[in-house]
Amino acid sequence: MSQGPAPATAPPEASKSGLKAWLTADVALSTTQAAAQRAYFSWLRFQANPLALAGLVVLVLLLLMAIFAPLIATHDPLLQNLEHRLQPSSARHWLGTDEVGRDVFSRIVYGSRVTLYIVLLVALIVAPIGLVVGTVAGYFGGLIDTALMRITDVFLAFPGLVLALAFVAALGPGLENAVIAIALTSWPGLARLARAETLVVRSSDYIAASRLQGASSFRIIWRHIMPMCLPSLIVRVTLNMAGVILTAAGLGFLGLGAQPPMPEWGTMLSTGRRFMLDHWWIAAYPGIAILLVSLAFNLFGDGLRDVLDPRSEG
Amino acid sequence: MALLEVRDLAVTFGVGDSLTRAVDGISFAIEAGQSYGLVGESGCGKSTVLRAVSGLNPDWTGEILLDGQRLLPRRERAFYKLVQMVFQDPYGSLHPRHTVNAALMEPIIIHGLDDANGRIVRALDQVQLGPRFRFRYPHQLSGGQRQRVAIARALILEPKVLLLDEPTSALDVSIQAEVLNLLADIRRDNHLTFVLVSHDLAVVAHMCDRLGVMLKGRLVEELSVEQLQTGAVENAYTRHLLAASKGYDRRLAVRADDTDLAVRDDG
Amino acid sequence: MSETSPASPAAGAPMLAIEDLRVRFATPLGPVDAVRGISFTVGREKVGIVGESGSGKSMTGRSILRLTPKSATVTARRMAFEGLDLLGASEREMRAVRGRRISMILQDPKFSLNPVVRVGRQISEAFRVHHKASEKEARARALAMLEAVQIREPARVYDLYPHEVSGGMGQRIMIAMMLIPDPALLIADESTSALDVTVRMQVLAILDDLVSKRGLGLIFISHDLNLVATFCDRVLIMYAGRIVETCRAQDLANARHPYTRGLLDSLPRLGERRERLAVLERDPAWLEQEL
Repeated sequence: MSQGPAPATAPPEASKSGLKAWLTADVALSTTQAAAQRAYFSWLRFQANPLALAGLVVLVLLLLMAIFAPLIATHDPLLQNLEHRLQPSSARHWLGTDEVGRDVFSRIVYGSRVTLYIVLLVALIVAPIGLVVGTVAGYFGGLIDTALMRITDVFLAFPGLVLALAFVAALGPGLENAVIAIALTSWPGLARLARAETLVVRSSDYIAASRLQGASSFRIIWRHIMPMCLPSLIVRVTLNMAGVILTAAGLGFLGLGAQPPMPEWGTMLSTGRRFMLDHWWIAAYPGIAILLVSLAFNLFGDGLRDVLDPRSEG
Repeated sequence: MALLEVRDLAVTFGVGDSLTRAVDGISFAIEAGQSYGLVGESGCGKSTVLRAVSGLNPDWTGEILLDGQRLLPRRERAFYKLVQMVFQDPYGSLHPRHTVNAALMEPIIIHGLDDANGRIVRALDQVQLGPRFRFRYPHQLSGGQRQRVAIARALILEPKVLLLDEPTSALDVSIQAEVLNLLADIRRDNHLTFVLVSHDLAVVAHMCDRLGVMLKGRLVEELSVEQLQTGAVENAYTRHLLAASKGYDRRLAVRADDTDLAVRDDG
Repeated sequence: MSETSPASPAAGAPMLAIEDLRVRFATPLGPVDAVRGISFTVGREKVGIVGESGSGKSMTGRSILRLTPKSATVTARRMAFEGLDLLGASEREMRAVRGRRISMILQDPKFSLNPVVRVGRQISEAFRVHHKASEKEARARALAMLEAVQIREPARVYDLYPHEVSGGMGQRIMIAMMLIPDPALLIADESTSALDVTVRMQVLAILDDLVSKRGLGLIFISHDLNLVATFCDRVLIMYAGRIVETCRAQDLANARHPYTRGLLDSLPRLGERRERLAVLERDPAWLEQEL
């Protein structure tokens, strides 16, 4: 469309604030400004998607809840009070109390810390491993590719939860071990994804151009291939987060994750199960929390995909 | 002595039954400052020659000599300061997530050159893109502007030889004229040697001094541009290409099915 | 301006008449006009539409079949094909026109053929969509059509899958598929641009024969001035959504409009060596002037 009648760009308005003018300037004057403009236009696209925005809001609330847990919680999450056990929601205990009289609301608030801790730790372990394994295998091909992909296949061959169970059984129950187990089971998918992206990118002219400037393999992978794989990887990690939360909850449920009395949503759900028929709130509220956060991650991930997909820009 | 010489170059793809000789023993020599064209239809191996010379494809046999020195399949870093390439597709040859500035910084960082800022400003100036374009992303540029950035990137290392793989075939004719003029200017100003691969005889006739006509991996004829212009052409295939490039002619289509089988075998 | 445009003598009465066609896109940055009021007619002749990317030439072809994207609004004072108002026609009437009376050949056959169905079957299916016929009869028709587009062993090619044929043959198979319902008008949008010169000549010769022997109308959309000048009977030159000039193809070299002149001058030529190619200077007035 280089010769076609270009849509007239909006005339710069005098009323625009300095930052907005800087972000929408026709000509970027520095790398920072160019990157900021790009981020700004991505944000404009993202916020046009109400569901994704809702997901983001829930995640921000979760983060705030985790940070300010001591201020938000109405009770000590570990404090037992056997006189007030198994109470329904009331002004004193908003979401009721559990079988040893702990305040369910406060435990859910503090549990957000555990959930975030799991999610962030898994992301931090999994994304780099998947990215490095996938791009290296995809870029070099041949023996390296075969070796790395067979290792990946071994991990992929088992269902995630079963493999995580095996790891936890071997390492011993506990939150850290649960995180490691979940990470070990979820990197292969990411490596596969990164490899597939790399295979597409590898044959493009800009990689050839970079090689013709004498760039080393390390530089090509780091500067050219990883930035192209990263967006889909971020999206995938975000979408995986729902699964991670559920796996963590599952491990907690089986008594292999966070150990009591730590307020972890999965563990709460698991113990609440015994009282579910008469005292449904003990199991229901942590369940709702898990559902909400996994859903939020999914919606947010979908929105990110629309914005970050490198193919959506010309 | 020739600046770039290719002797008995052969490139094969695949093995066994699917083995194809993309380039089947071709030789040519280019003097310093010359502009040499390789023409032929798609699949004739002309781009494969360029990829072997550039070092992108290390699987070839024969000899490639640059300034009298035999080149190995794997190139030293110093080679890339002498030989650079411009690709056909301006939409594919720039990294979509790198600004123009980042694309031009790349060779400077790799080769540890000084005066990065000055080099980038001069390169943009030489391809007639002002500083306004320095911090744009490729998607903010038109096809012609992208191709100028690709040319600027090739010029940053101040090479002696520029390999051009169909540099204007993806552009509109009016933009093609601008880019061809630009290439002619930088060749004169930087004393460059060109190897231009194209399917368009008119473009080659305009840009080159000498050209080789390729058919199925072989060089069927080498001729000067004067010969091409006056039609003093020996080879039947070259004559056919020449006639066809002048436009539609019902008589040229008579051989319809004879070539059909040949084309099918190639594909 | 269709009144003043020279029609070739053999063209006869126009089968397609377009007056004041406009295509407007709604974009986030406001409306963009892809086609801005063009008028032309097509008879039993080869009409070339040339222009650079963004000139609106493809959109013109698509709007005739009402195949424009959803975000586009197509308006025209008149757009009639064999007496049918193409703009007012119902979607059902349009389906009867598309393929049956007007066919379109696109640039890349690889995207237009179904990769998992044998090419011969796709051709005979194209026939059966518009005609009541037994499978056997359709097959015979398809074989005959493959022969008509100069494919030497139609029976063998009939059973091939699209990936097993070369680009040139794929394009001829596409043409066969488009021709089998016996359309009156063919729209070829850059149909030969991706082909090598040798194959291109064959495909063009087939199109040429169809017009001269079967009396088809052909709209040949291309960016290649040389090709259009030598192949077509009449040429429309489009710039920024308008037809800036109409002339007989053989007179294209003497075109008068500065845009056409600029395009012609910017082409490198085989016969003469020029130091520099003329660079097209775009005059904003071309967008506004009435023709």
